[in-house]
Amino acid sequence: MTPADAVVWAIIVAMGIGTFALRFSFIGLSGYVEDVPPWLERALRFVPAAVIAAIVFPALVLVDGSVTVAGNDRLLAGAVAAAVAWRTEDILATIVAGMGALLVIQTVL
Amino acid sequence: MPGLPADFHAGARDVAPTLLAVFPFGIVAGAAAVDVGFSLLQALGMSVIVIAGASQLAAIAVLGAGAPAVVVVFTALVINLRHLMYSASLAPEYRDEPVRVRAPVAYLLVDQVFVMAALKFDADAAVDRRWYYFGLGVPIWLTWVAGTAVGAVAGAAVPAWLPIEFAVPMVFLALLAPAVDDRPRAVAAVVGGTVAVAGAGLPLNLGLPAGALGGVLAGVVADSWWSP
Repeated sequence: MTPADAVVWAIIVAMGIGTFALRFSFIGLSGYVEDVPPWLERALRFVPAAVIAAIVFPALVLVDGSVTVAGNDRLLAGAVAAAVAWRTEDILATIVAGMGALLVIQTVL
Repeated sequence: MPGLPADFHAGARDVAPTLLAVFPFGIVAGAAAVDVGFSLLQALGMSVIVIAGASQLAAIAVLGAGAPAVVVVFTALVINLRHLMYSASLAPEYRDEPVRVRAPVAYLLVDQVFVMAALKFDADAAVDRRWYYFGLGVPIWLTWVAGTAVGAVAGAAVPAWLPIEFAVPMVFLALLAPAVDDRPRAVAAVVGGTVAVAGAGLPLNLGLPAGALGGVLAGVVADSWWSP
């Protein structure tokens, strides 16, 4: 069933407003309300590392929703890419290594 | 783009390789939208108005499954809760800026932009907070919208054997190394990733925010352990 035009637009606009509100929240208020307390600032130092790992780990480890090690092409390709990432800290090299490894593994195995 | 400050170009240079992942991610989003019945304009409108790929794909999937509009929006916003953390994390950098700068900063606050800006600001106190950020955000925006358009028009033509969406975790994998530059941050990453995997079965993609929160808490504990 195809959703009605107006419904789709309403969803898009509501998602856009809500998402912008989440993004603007603290940035918008900064300086107008009390500053971020030191304990929170200390905690926020860990956001990038925690978020990045929370994006990467499931993408590599999960196959159809369950943890899979043996025969997991993406985990193997990810391991190759991780080695390149740690040596080079280069995004392009990591993408090329990971995608290349995945294609090779899927073709050969 | 001549005439723009040097730090805009620095940001654009740094972000360039990630565009290789943003473009196919846009293709996936555009193709998925058209697949459930969006027009080209609606697919583009969603990418321009929302610019948050994971929530767009989830919303499209939930909508395609016949869920009511309220549930679709709720699902998307729960997935985007992590942006609250991003906003809090970058807020001190923009406390002296006017709203006309803060608003576009917030609009462009997608995963890659946040991670790359946070790492750069942490390492380089002198870099221009405005221009470097827009140097990251504007190319990502252009690429995301262009990818969506291509996906909406020609998505069905992408061969199934080409794992284009695998480029996204590869970008974050490359950013993980500079993000874990000390032991408490390594703890935050290991715990964050593990919790996200354990929580993958949770509804509404809640594994990601749960992992982020768990990782941050673990980092705080580890931090006070090693440097009381």
